[in-house]
Amino acid sequence: MKLSDVIDSLSLTVVTGAADGCFEGVYAGDFLSRAMSRVGAGDLWITIMNNVNVIAVASLTDASAVLLAEDVSLMPDALDAAREKDVTVLSSGMSVYELCVALGKFGTFS
Amino acid sequence: MAENVVFHFDVDGEDFSSAGGASVTVKKKLRQLGIAPEYIRRVAIAMYEGEINMVIHANGGSADVIVSDDEIKIVLTDTGPGIPDVSLAMQEGYSTARDNIRSLGFGAGMGLPNMKKYTDTMEIDTELGRGTTITMTVKIA
Repeated sequence: MKLSDVIDSLSLTVVTGAADGCFEGVYAGDFLSRAMSRVGAGDLWITIMNNVNVIAVASLTDASAVLLAEDVSLMPDALDAAREKDVTVLSSGMSVYELCVALGKFGTFS
Repeated sequence: MAENVVFHFDVDGEDFSSAGGASVTVKKKLRQLGIAPEYIRRVAIAMYEGEINMVIHANGGSADVIVSDDEIKIVLTDTGPGIPDVSLAMQEGYSTARDNIRSLGFGAGMGLPNMKKYTDTMEIDTELGRGTTITMTVKIA
């Protein structure tokens, strides 16, 4: 699934990074160790956590992108880290639940 | 590779802004060595969890990564308080992290279980009041 397709369809904001990639699956959750274990390479990770450690986890898991729900803004040092590590970060005013429901309409993800 | 490749890192305690830095660096180095992505991912996850544990619980420590032909060994050493009950600490969901740590997204009680899950061997040598050394290996084909 192309990131650009869901960005357009769900009116997501590209906070930083390339938006021309693809994603293979979706994970939603905020505990970093859970995410570390469950975010697969190429996954889109939906969270409301906005600190610098989110970027480290996204980078280490090779997540396709981080999608911040509920209009959460990245902390300044997290934004710097995302730019440095080439992590794509998107945001939306929708809740985690609403995003999952909306993404579910694109098909079944792992 | 003819000789082992060794990386050493000092891990700052209580510095959450740079926590994970050693893991990110190791990931880059392993890529440069041509290690397969699935092994790199496992090493990165296990090492990150260990690194975070050292920051949360032990005021930092050191991390050594030794890459040989058939395995990647990760040795994490701290001089923290030690682990009172290892079997309890190995249970998913058990955590002693403080509330301020949990607010950062840590403290799910998945650190040690993830380290065991993503490595082929893991040994914990811990002594109360002295510290903990965790040795993990990921076998590479």
